[in-house]
Amino acid sequence: MNSKLKEPFVRITKREDTPLLKAWGIRLFSLLLALITCAGIIYLIVKLNPLKVYVAMWEGAFGTSKRSWITARDTMMLLCIGVGLAPAFKMRFWNIGAEGQILAGGLATAACMIYFGSSMPTWALLIVSFAASCIAGAVWGFVPAAFKARFDTNETLFTLMMNYVAIQLTSFFITKWENPIGSNTVGIINQSTKAGWLPSFLGQQYMLNVIIVMTLTIAVYIYLRWSKHGYEIAVVGESERTAKYIGINVKKVIIRTVALSGGLCGVAGFLAVSGASHTISTNTAGGRGFTAIIVAWLAKFNPLVMFFVSLLLAFLQKGAVEIASRYDLNDYASQMITGIILFFILGSEFFINYKLIFRGKKEVN
Amino acid sequence: MEEKTAVIKMRNITKSFGSVLANDKVWLDIYKGEILALLGENGSGKTTLMNMLSGIYYPDAGQIFMGENEVSIRSPKDAYDLGIGMIHQHFKLVDVLTAAENIILGMSGKGLLDMSAVNEKIRSICSLYGFDVDPEQKIYDMSVSQKQTVEIIKVLYRGADILILDEPTAVLTPQETDKLFAILRNMRDDGKAVIIITHKLHEVEELSDRVAILQRGRFVGDTLTKDTNAAEMTNMMVGHPVVLNIERPEPENVKERLRVENLTIRDIDGVKKLDDVSFSVGSGEILGIAGISGCGQKELLEAIAGLQPAESGSIFYIDTKTGEKEPLIGKKPREISAMGVALSFVPEDRLGMGLVANMDLTDNMMLRSFRRGKSVFADRKSPRELARRVVTELSVNTPSVDTPVRKLSGGNVQKILVGREISSAPTVLMTAYAVRGLDINSSYTIYDLINQQKQKGVAVIFVGEDLDVLVELCDRILILCGGKVSGIVDGRKTDKREIGRMMTSLGGESSEQQA
Amino acid sequence: MAGILSLVQAAIVFGTVILFGAIGEILTEKSGSLNLGVPGIMYIGGIAGLAGAYLYESSVSAPEPLLCFLIALFCTLIASCLAGLLYSFLTISLRANQNVTGLTLTIFGSGIANLFGGAMNKMAGGVGQISVSTTSAAYRTTLPFFRGISVLSSLGVLVYVAVILAIVMTWFLNRTRAGLNLRAVGENPATADAAGIKVTKLKYIATCTGAAITGLGGLYYVLDYIKGTWANDGGIEKLGWLAVALVIFARWKPVHAIWGSYLFGVLFWLYFYIPGLDRSSQELFKMLPYIVTIAVLVISSMRRSRENRPPAHLGLPYFREER
Repeated sequence: MNSKLKEPFVRITKREDTPLLKAWGIRLFSLLLALITCAGIIYLIVKLNPLKVYVAMWEGAFGTSKRSWITARDTMMLLCIGVGLAPAFKMRFWNIGAEGQILAGGLATAACMIYFGSSMPTWALLIVSFAASCIAGAVWGFVPAAFKARFDTNETLFTLMMNYVAIQLTSFFITKWENPIGSNTVGIINQSTKAGWLPSFLGQQYMLNVIIVMTLTIAVYIYLRWSKHGYEIAVVGESERTAKYIGINVKKVIIRTVALSGGLCGVAGFLAVSGASHTISTNTAGGRGFTAIIVAWLAKFNPLVMFFVSLLLAFLQKGAVEIASRYDLNDYASQMITGIILFFILGSEFFINYKLIFRGKKEVN
Repeated sequence: MEEKTAVIKMRNITKSFGSVLANDKVWLDIYKGEILALLGENGSGKTTLMNMLSGIYYPDAGQIFMGENEVSIRSPKDAYDLGIGMIHQHFKLVDVLTAAENIILGMSGKGLLDMSAVNEKIRSICSLYGFDVDPEQKIYDMSVSQKQTVEIIKVLYRGADILILDEPTAVLTPQETDKLFAILRNMRDDGKAVIIITHKLHEVEELSDRVAILQRGRFVGDTLTKDTNAAEMTNMMVGHPVVLNIERPEPENVKERLRVENLTIRDIDGVKKLDDVSFSVGSGEILGIAGISGCGQKELLEAIAGLQPAESGSIFYIDTKTGEKEPLIGKKPREISAMGVALSFVPEDRLGMGLVANMDLTDNMMLRSFRRGKSVFADRKSPRELARRVVTELSVNTPSVDTPVRKLSGGNVQKILVGREISSAPTVLMTAYAVRGLDINSSYTIYDLINQQKQKGVAVIFVGEDLDVLVELCDRILILCGGKVSGIVDGRKTDKREIGRMMTSLGGESSEQQA
Repeated sequence: MAGILSLVQAAIVFGTVILFGAIGEILTEKSGSLNLGVPGIMYIGGIAGLAGAYLYESSVSAPEPLLCFLIALFCTLIASCLAGLLYSFLTISLRANQNVTGLTLTIFGSGIANLFGGAMNKMAGGVGQISVSTTSAAYRTTLPFFRGISVLSSLGVLVYVAVILAIVMTWFLNRTRAGLNLRAVGENPATADAAGIKVTKLKYIATCTGAAITGLGGLYYVLDYIKGTWANDGGIEKLGWLAVALVIFARWKPVHAIWGSYLFGVLFWLYFYIPGLDRSSQELFKMLPYIVTIAVLVISSMRRSRENRPPAHLGLPYFREER
């Protein structure tokens, strides 16, 4: 050997048991860093004082009581999908078909509203739509799950393709339900009678949305954490071989869990149609099925943490829409900002799970 | 032996993983033209130390000298450049590539591949040392010993003159081991430095020129093999004198408990894994099962446990009081336990099958019990108590019962698994490679537990790989060869040579007449 | 006959977009990275090419076609390569979850592209008003020796680039040392590492190069497929996901992706050429490519051949000192 090689400049070692407080500190810090970066980018684009921009975002999301409620509604929507995805993800089933499951649920709701709108009392119609949306979403989850269970078919791509099947199915029904003819939209369903619309509760239009989703969230939390099913899901997710070894029917658990997951996403479709827009379009899911995946993952599939992540994302989205309209940008700014913030949070996980050791033994925490 | 200078000197090497200190200021000298045995118990840091020489790990502190120069081995490539090659215990081969592709993997050279030249060179290495490998065969079609050969050729192809072999005999039959040792001696005589990592004393005595001993990550000393003996080495390895005898209580009141008749099993690809296997096990005895790895042991146990469908044949569980026979074949694990058959199974893959690595002790105890009761919620109280009991009774070293089992050492993991499996008062206990990777003390704990079960009247099936242990522990030994029963012998009247012969040829009556 | 010809032509044009995406993704996946950011990268590649061309064309009075071509190409390659770098940094160096990072990249890419696309449309005076006619024309120029041949008579140069890339990629993966090393990394990084391959470096290079190729799909879409305009209609996203599906359809073999992509194109446009379909049945027909992909997924999972499997370590992070 002619020359002595140097010790590597930086080495990485795994770290176990980062204190919870420190972990959240790191995440918060990365969020802060992300907000600063976004502010910089916004400044570059619109040349506005970034602080003013954030004030505008705050006003956009929580400026008036009405806005706060819309933010709440959107938070609930994301939370509902995230909570729906949690059981599947906990089982390591990469369901990225929430988009399609939402649409399936939304279609079922719209169909109920259109066909039974004049023949059923409101409460019955609501129950029927709720059930129908749940079943439709469950079917959309069942199909890929059945093939996964039977043939180990890659679920990521299967569920992804199911999204587009749902989109085309929606386009198909839009041509059937077109109103007015030639508009290529369904229009507001039952605008005059409001049949099948989720009613106001306690004087708030979206109170029921909040109640339904919070109930589901707590129920799913309990289900995953303490029920026998929840335990089976955890075992299957960790190791299918162990599950088989102790006699869990893995196929049944996969199908049951993903159908449940799809059903909950279907409920999100019900909320989107009956509880918010009162119409159906190929944009009813609007990418929230994908965003919710990130919500679920960042929350480590814990439904309670998902609430806060959903709130953050809904805030960002509403805020960005506000800046867009004030400063003459388009709504897509919100997607860009969401992306940047998620990149930072994703990156921050590294510093929770690993530590760096620089040349000369200095450890960086 | 004439005076030599060390080709590699390791000084004060320290490495830790999290809170575990794997190597603590280790010194080691390596000489050319010499076979060095690196001896130590499982978990004493032998592999970690060698991984730092081969560039897999980087030491936290300490120096490595090559001749007079200090070197820094930051990657396996650096190691190869220094002429150091390591054959890992878990082969580092890419399944879907051919032998030749694996051998040249990562080497520098012309951008365009010339496989025919590569194949030619491999064939010449093969003929030089007496290997038998087809360069164009895919790895997934190869036997374990063929894969090991590919690994050795891979190192030689790169011109390494310092070879490290990590527990190379673990997967070989005694006959294959002899062949390997002959090759290693050839290499030593060729002037290469050979290091074998092992915890088997007889291998050290048979093969090595020098032995270096590690104990719990610390270097205890090194000496010429001819100047030491087994007792001294054991003391250095364990740190205190041990009695190396496995108890074997006389079986009492043996009654047939489980009978397997003409069992034939094919795997998904249609390959016959078990062929017309018949035997029976009685209560209160230990039936050992020997065989080269992958010749049907796994399938046999899984078939009895209801995890593996059979093509033909039958398995009966026999009530020792009434003599009634219950067929088990075609039944799922849950159906078997619903029939009242108390069957416990300690599988080979502890963290991938027997336990869930990321779950804590309590949740792992729950695996067997969570279905109990009608409630939709799972009971966590009694598993928690069971976990506590296992921890105290088997002296499991764990911070708490809320610790994920992946953080525990191999011995503790196995104690938890065995503890759970025997807690349900089984009538049949099956264990696969129950002491693999365990240190001596943990191994003896496991032997004691198995013997206790035997004395309680449990029918025990013990699949093992260490023939010395099989011969000392088991009452009878069934030898599998290529999925067929090669023979059943009395543990008290056989020796490992006989079993070894039966492992490689049916009935052991081969034409093997080598010197 | 004329109908079939124009269907084939439409299919080739359509197929070229996803062929670029699929070749890029195959290279990426061979290194063990499952990059679900393909749609995002296509968006970024597309908008960068368009923006580069637009800025150049609007700054000079008589744009030079060759320069237009090169500027757009350069902008696309750089931008999509940067997107790949971002993904690589997060998943390889920081070991973030690949699926989630990929999806985030898709959200980010679609956001940034539509933000700037919309802004450029507005600067140009309204939706669909942006025009980079010289650049678009340059990309849509038919190669001289193909002009007479009916099906090939109006295909732009990138169509051929895609086919050549697919062939080169196959050759690279199977016949070169670097290709062999790359396959080993995707199959078993610990083994590759022990054999002295620089795993991290190779994964970075493969993922970034793959992203650059994927980005070309976006460029082709913007400058040829929709003829140098911008529309915030999610068209790229749909094609991006089809490219991901095509990787599986082609079983990670770039040459199979060539005919696979054209087949997808035929399926996509079939509704247009089947006479007598009303609007609603057309919508059902548009499901075809997705249904076929699902069918292929199911069939290939039923036949478990060892040679047609995805890289064994696909989607998993690698950390050498993992114990």
